[in-house]
Order: sequence, then structure tokens, then C-alpha cells
Amino acid sequence: MKFLSGNRHRGLSKVLRNEELVFYLFISPWILGFILFTAYPIFSSFYLSLCNYDIINPPKFIGFRNYIKMFVDDPLFWHSLKVTFYYSGVSVPLGIIVALFLALLLNRNIRGMRWFRTAYYTPAVISGVAVGLLWAQIFNPNFGVLNYLLWELFRIQGPGWTFSEEWVIPAFIIMSLWRVGGGIVIYLAGLQGIPTELYEAAEVDGATGWIKIIKITLPLMSPIILFNLITGIISSFQVFTEAYVMTAGGPHNASLFYNLYLFLNAFRWFKMGYAASLAWILFLIILTLTLLVFRTAPKWVHYE
Amino acid sequence: METVSFWNRKSIQKTAGDIIAYVILSMGCIIVLFPLFWQISNSLKTLDEVYAFPPKWLPNKPMWNNYKEGLTFMPFSRFFLNSTIIVASVLLGNLLSASFVAYGFARIRARFREPLFLLVLSTMMLPYQVTMIPIYILFRKIGWIDTYKPLIVPSFFGGGAFFIFLLRQFFLTIPRELDDAAKIDGCSFLGIYWRIILPLAKPAMATVAIFTITWTWNDLLGPLIYLDSFEKYTAALGLANFTAQYGATPWHLLMAVSTIFMLPCLIIYFLAQNYFIQGIVITGLKG
Repeated sequence: MKFLSGNRHRGLSKVLRNEELVFYLFISPWILGFILFTAYPIFSSFYLSLCNYDIINPPKFIGFRNYIKMFVDDPLFWHSLKVTFYYSGVSVPLGIIVALFLALLLNRNIRGMRWFRTAYYTPAVISGVAVGLLWAQIFNPNFGVLNYLLWELFRIQGPGWTFSEEWVIPAFIIMSLWRVGGGIVIYLAGLQGIPTELYEAAEVDGATGWIKIIKITLPLMSPIILFNLITGIISSFQVFTEAYVMTAGGPHNASLFYNLYLFLNAFRWFKMGYAASLAWILFLIILTLTLLVFRTAPKWVHYE
Repeated sequence: METVSFWNRKSIQKTAGDIIAYVILSMGCIIVLFPLFWQISNSLKTLDEVYAFPPKWLPNKPMWNNYKEGLTFMPFSRFFLNSTIIVASVLLGNLLSASFVAYGFARIRARFREPLFLLVLSTMMLPYQVTMIPIYILFRKIGWIDTYKPLIVPSFFGGGAFFIFLLRQFFLTIPRELDDAAKIDGCSFLGIYWRIILPLAKPAMATVAIFTITWTWNDLLGPLIYLDSFEKYTAALGLANFTAQYGATPWHLLMAVSTIFMLPCLIIYFLAQNYFIQGIVITGLKG
């Protein structure tokens, strides 16, 4: 066998080796980019997380003191974690439910489905900056249109939204629901891939609408839900632009998202070492949550 | 007789369901589109009208002048030009380098091709915050702060794992016989890439292009970190700092500039909707 493969290698070697060279030539931009913008920064970032570094003076090695400080002596770290977990824990599941619900309605083969889909996805192509400005104005408790509508339609005295410590995160959650269009598109594509014979067979067995959704649609959609759950968790931990534009973390740090706190440490206070350690903890949190979700997957995700 | 009434009942049920679906979907539509309507309405009001309570649905007289004033009281025409320059450069970088690399992964045999491709995919798992700080320090060391280079140059190094993945998937669907025929005619790998694969991959390239345009145009963090000089600001950065410049918030002007700012992405979206949808479905990304 060894002899044979050696022989084969000799026969083809020139062509193959040439082809291999061409392969590396083609992927060389990525290899260089990987070394410069991924591999080197990973090591550097870990080293920096063990340093005190203000950009002007050379980094000073301090061991794990940044991490220790974070856990023992930085209330803002815990606070920003709390804010982010609260936002993530509500906005991700709600987003999945709303997107799935709308996708189910859109999938009824009704006329104008394309128009609805176009409308629902529109907010997703608008920048975080514009979205932040737009909603800051709608939420404004003094002249904003939201509280006016709440009063006119439901006689509800609207809260202070982005000016209230209690209501600022719910405001961000509402804003995130406004942008579920991407999820709708993914679910709709999945729904359209479900063979109609399955539903027909179920109808023959006397299944009604709800039964069909619970017994056929949801199990077949569960891998897509899993995927959206994970990407949703990851992006909810990286909220930055809207918070920067709308509240800059206020009032009284009530919307100090983790990623915003990291940015402030790095680029406002120039605590580069500390910010690097925050970044690593963020990575660990995302990794842990992803693994936890995957751990639960066999219980509820249906693979064909 | 039995079956007829059964079908009747069923079709009535279906119609009733459709009506409910329509009502809910239309309400959702109004909720989704209302903020945009509100923005445009406010962009045409006077500042007093913006602050009016109860709110006015439409301005008494549309103040088209807000658009002119919004563009001139801060150098927004300059900022829009800056954004355009950056978007065009990143577009070139992403399209060229991602397709080049993706072609290598899709078509050329090599020993470590699969593990290397897994490495490409695994870089997508790494949150950008981890690499952001060392990359910033690197660019600072070589004197690139306050230039567009940190925003543009990385796009020429593979264009990001997402786009490599997306294009590779598409290239794999192009029949290999076309390559083989070209090879027999003496076409090199470079020739196959340029003359066969790229022209056939126009839909996928369009998807990469529109995502690149919207993401780069909308990006705040990059310009925020790297640009200091006012005249180098991008539109996103200028808009985010608009209130800081003006003192009290001139919402009417802000909404006018913001509307202009949204327009390119909205137009591209309405014209090239299918490419967006295709991109979202292929990569599962949410936009």
C-alpha cells in the first residue's frame, strides 16, 4: 500500500504539486489576512489582557489582575452584564416568537405575500445610527409619538422610555422587535421547504391547524430555530451602535450594554489591557451560552 | 354530498383564516412602516412642529429647505462623499479578494484544503471585540490613524469569512465540465477564474456587493475608532455626532439628513431584493 501510494504520488506529483502551489496562491490574501488580522491579534489581545496599557506608555505585565479586578472590584462590569443579560433574555426569545408567528402567517399562500415580506425586512437594511435617532424621537416622553398613541388608543400613560432607568431596556427590546425581518425571511424559506404531502397526510388523519403546526411545522423548523437562537444570542451580546447613539449608556448607566462598556474602556478611557480582558470574558460568555444551547438541542431539535 | 360540504367548510375556514392573517399582517406592516413615515414627516416640519403636542401627523407646509439646511450646516455633502469613497474601495476589495480565495477553495485540489476551509469558517465564531484592540494598536503603530486605510485595506485580505463561504457555495454549483473544457483549451486557473467562474457567478457577486455596501455605509464603530479629523468623517459618524455639534437637538434637520442617509440602502434593497433574500437564506445571516 505504502509502495503503491508512493508510486502514485510520484506519477502525479508534478501536476499536483503545481496545483497545490496555485491553490496557496489563490488563498494567499486570506492567509495573510488571517495572520495579520486574526491569529496575531488573538495572541496579542490575550497578552494585553494581562497588562496595564494606556497606549502611550509601554504595556506593563500585571498577571491576571485585570480579570480579578473585573470580578471583585468593578460594579460596572457586573452591571453591564446584568443589562445585557436582561436585554438578551427577553429580546431573543420574543424575537423568535414574533418572527416565527409572522412567517407562519406569510406562508399561507395569500396574495401580496411578497409585499408584506418586503415591508417587514425594510428596517433590517437601515443603519443602527439612523434607527437609533429615529426611535429616540418616537420614544421621547415629552413630544414623542409613542406615548401620545398609547394615550389616545388605550388611555395608557406611557413611561419615560429612554429617559427612565426602568424603561430604557424595554425600549431597546421594542426596537429590536422592529427589526425581526431577517428572521422572518429565514423562517419563511424554511417553511416553504416543508413538503405539502406531510400536511395532506396529517389532514387525512384528521389533524387541525394547531395540531399541524405543533406536530409538523415546529419540529421541522426546530433546526432553523436553533440556528436563530444562537445567532440571536451572539448579536444581542454585541449591541453597540443603537446604544451609543440613543442613550450613550444612560440614564445612570441603565443601558450600559457590555459592548458599550468595553468600547468606553478601550477608546474613551484608554484602558486597553482592561478592555482586552473584557473582550475575552465576552468571548467566554458567548461560547458558554452557545454550548449550553447546543447541549439542550437533542431534547427539542428534530433532525431528519 | 358528504365530501362537498366538507370542502365547503374547509374553504370557509381557509378564507376566515386568510382574513385574520391579513388583518394581523397589515397591522404589523403599519407598525413596521410607521416609524419611517414619521421620520419623513418630521423631516419636513419646522422645529416647533416637531415639538408640538399633540403631535402633528403632517407638516402644515412641507419644509423642503430642511434638506438643504441639513446638508450644509454641517459638511454633510463632504461626509456623504467620504462614505462613498470608502464603500467603493471596500466593495472592490471584497469582490476581488473574496472571489479569488473562494475560487481556490472551490476548485483547486490541495492537501490541506478542507482543514483550511474549516479554519476560515471557525474565524466567524470569534467575536470581533477580541481582535479589535490589537488591530487598532497595529494600525496606530504604522501611522494609519485618521486615514481611511484601516477601514479599507483589510477588505483586500480575503474580504471576510462570510463572503468567502457564500461565494464558495455558489462556485460549487457551477458545473465542473466548464472548467475541464477550458482546461483542455489551455486555459490556466487564473483564466478559468476570470473568464468562466466570475461571469457565471454574477448573482452571488451581487449578493456580496449589496451586503458590503449596506454594512460599510452603515458602519459606525470603524469610523468612530479610526477617524479624528472632522472633514474625514463618514455620514454615519457625522450623523451620530450631529447632536453634539448643534447643542440642542435640531430634530427636523436631523431627520432630513437621516432620510438622505437611509436612501441609498433602501433603493438598493428595493431594486435588488432577491439578492438580499438569497444571501440571507444561503448564509442564514440576519442582516
